[in-house]
Amino acid sequence: MRFSVKTGAPLLALALALSACGTSGGDDEEASSGGGEAGTCEDVAIGYFGALTGAAANLGINIRNGVQLAVDQFNEENADCQVSLEEYDSAGDPNQATGLATQAIGDDSVIGIVGPAFSGESDTAGPIFAEGGLPTISASATNPDLSQNGWDTFHRVLGNDASQGPAAATYIADVIKSEKVFVVDDASAYGAGLAEIVEESAGDAVVGTDTIQTGQTDFSATVTAIRSSGADSVFFGGYYAEAGLLVQQMRAAGVEATFVVADGVKDPGFIEAAGDAAEGTIITCPCLPPEEEQEFYAAFEEAFGAAPATYSAEAFDAANVMLEGILEGNTDRESLLEWINDYSGEGITKTITFDEDGEPENISVWAYKVENGEIVADQEIETN
Amino acid sequence: MSFLFNNFVELTVTGLVLGAVYGLVALGYTLVYGVLQLINFAHSEVWMFGSFAAVWVTVALGVAPGSAMPVVIGVLLLALLAAMTVSGGVALLLERVAYRRLIRLDAPKLVALISAIGASFALAEIMGLRDRVAGWIGLRDTLDPYVRSARDNTRFQNPLETEGLFTVGGYTVSNVDVIIIVSAVLMMVALDQFIRRTRTGRGIRAVAQDSEAAALMGVNRNRIIRATFLVGGIMAGAAALLYLMRFGVTRWNAGFLLGVKAFTAAVLGGIGNVRGALLGGFVLGLAENYGSALIGSEWRDVVAFLLLVVILLFRPTGLLGESLGRARA
Repeated sequence: MRFSVKTGAPLLALALALSACGTSGGDDEEASSGGGEAGTCEDVAIGYFGALTGAAANLGINIRNGVQLAVDQFNEENADCQVSLEEYDSAGDPNQATGLATQAIGDDSVIGIVGPAFSGESDTAGPIFAEGGLPTISASATNPDLSQNGWDTFHRVLGNDASQGPAAATYIADVIKSEKVFVVDDASAYGAGLAEIVEESAGDAVVGTDTIQTGQTDFSATVTAIRSSGADSVFFGGYYAEAGLLVQQMRAAGVEATFVVADGVKDPGFIEAAGDAAEGTIITCPCLPPEEEQEFYAAFEEAFGAAPATYSAEAFDAANVMLEGILEGNTDRESLLEWINDYSGEGITKTITFDEDGEPENISVWAYKVENGEIVADQEIETN
Repeated sequence: MSFLFNNFVELTVTGLVLGAVYGLVALGYTLVYGVLQLINFAHSEVWMFGSFAAVWVTVALGVAPGSAMPVVIGVLLLALLAAMTVSGGVALLLERVAYRRLIRLDAPKLVALISAIGASFALAEIMGLRDRVAGWIGLRDTLDPYVRSARDNTRFQNPLETEGLFTVGGYTVSNVDVIIIVSAVLMMVALDQFIRRTRTGRGIRAVAQDSEAAALMGVNRNRIIRATFLVGGIMAGAAALLYLMRFGVTRWNAGFLLGVKAFTAAVLGGIGNVRGALLGGFVLGLAENYGSALIGSEWRDVVAFLLLVVILLFRPTGLLGESLGRARA
């Protein structure tokens, strides 16, 4: 998962946090009283692991709320099996993650974790979860290497960056019908990796490449290269700050090529910086547009007073995989892990099954479009 | 290589545009160095505050692009005035808070350098935390359009629409390109005349040459130092508006990279030399663009700074090399 600073909505974050606090307080009460009466699944909890404070707190809160909603709905439907939610606030910091993971391992009632939210903390907490046999399902970590460490507890419900790149290339070729693609990257691990995958997938259609630097503000040489290559689409692998500047300077120089970017740009900060130049930009993301699932959308909005955001629906799915397992009587870590590994079922975002590395077998990548200053869903991109 | 030749005009014009901004900011470094032999590292923040002043003027007036020409010119002039006022004000504040006492006590140059770096961080962070600052004084909601997304890019809604004027060598030169280059050259000429012909300018040259002798001749040294900071700040304010017209975005930490480049331009042209600053800016802007075109954008800084090293190896005092004090009257 990309790590971005969303200073844009501190009030929204506060509102979300406050409303979420309200609901979780009520549930704990309900959970303890209900759990005491029922015998089938006593003292069972799942955890949320990720940032609730810190610079990227908004992203974590989106995910936690998805989990919270799943747990609330489950407890409402199953009076005799009450599950509680434990929160592990890592602040998105890989260094804090190790201590929290050990703490989660030590709490015997916690039998599954939704998270860790970001790739960095997944990397440091992963070995500890694997050793403790505590199954995890991440709703947001996209680094492709995470599943290659041999941690049998690791799972995720979204496509990694190795599927997003080819999807972007597919969209460029099939929907935009671009024959000349120019690929730019920002030399970051995320951006350069993604740009390389797009470049490979697009093959002969690539008419030029360039690398910029993060923090750079003048892209005139890059814009000249794009213009003189005659490209009709430009893919940029990087984050929203440079994306905004680049597209603005492209448009000012009269370059009309379609601007295609990935989830690192799916942030209001992009439109804030680029203004009108952002119009028509295509943003790919391995995340479901929350408005696709009306029922979930409405329930989420009612519970938290705000619309579900990036990766809320994925978190809801991840939590439900575990909750179903608990309902089936898998109330210890070992059996729940087995349940998750063998799981096959319909989530709201996709049909969920995991391969032996814990990667989802069904991946959906969506294209979003900037229209009238808003990021709106365009269409699902065919993968494979 | 053929890419460079095929797009030579475009790379040259865009390089000159960026170079003009470097040059105007470089003036602030060069003037202060000429008078005090100090590198004012907080000058980048002087520029950054000016850029926000220009943005806020356009936010407050809310002029859409495509308005009538007199309105557009009025808004731009107001933004220019605001940027120059704020930049000049911040420069004076810097002189008062970070320098004056140190200069009076004749503190070692390194102390003033650290003081400047500290001031630079403080000013940048204050801008990055402006939403909190507004919160403390209870105006967070009132000032929302000015302080929101304090850590992200802030956009300048340019009231002037970019239009092509004429085409040379396959590149359509825009009105903004022309405005930036011409204004930078005009301001440089005006400043040069100011330093050569006015009483204050003579004072600046006198203090640069020998501050003690100047004081004995009745030049008020403190007043001259303040004037130097003020002039540098005003130039940075103008540079801020020109930069926004071309690049359209500013940020709390945008000054850092531009400051390093402008300082480089000042050294390249000959630090302490007013005309050298603009020349150094142009050379640096062109070198960056040509370098990017030759090997790729990730090499732009490598090429630009290699050029700096090579020039300084052969001309250690920079291209024009003449100090402020020795400029002819």
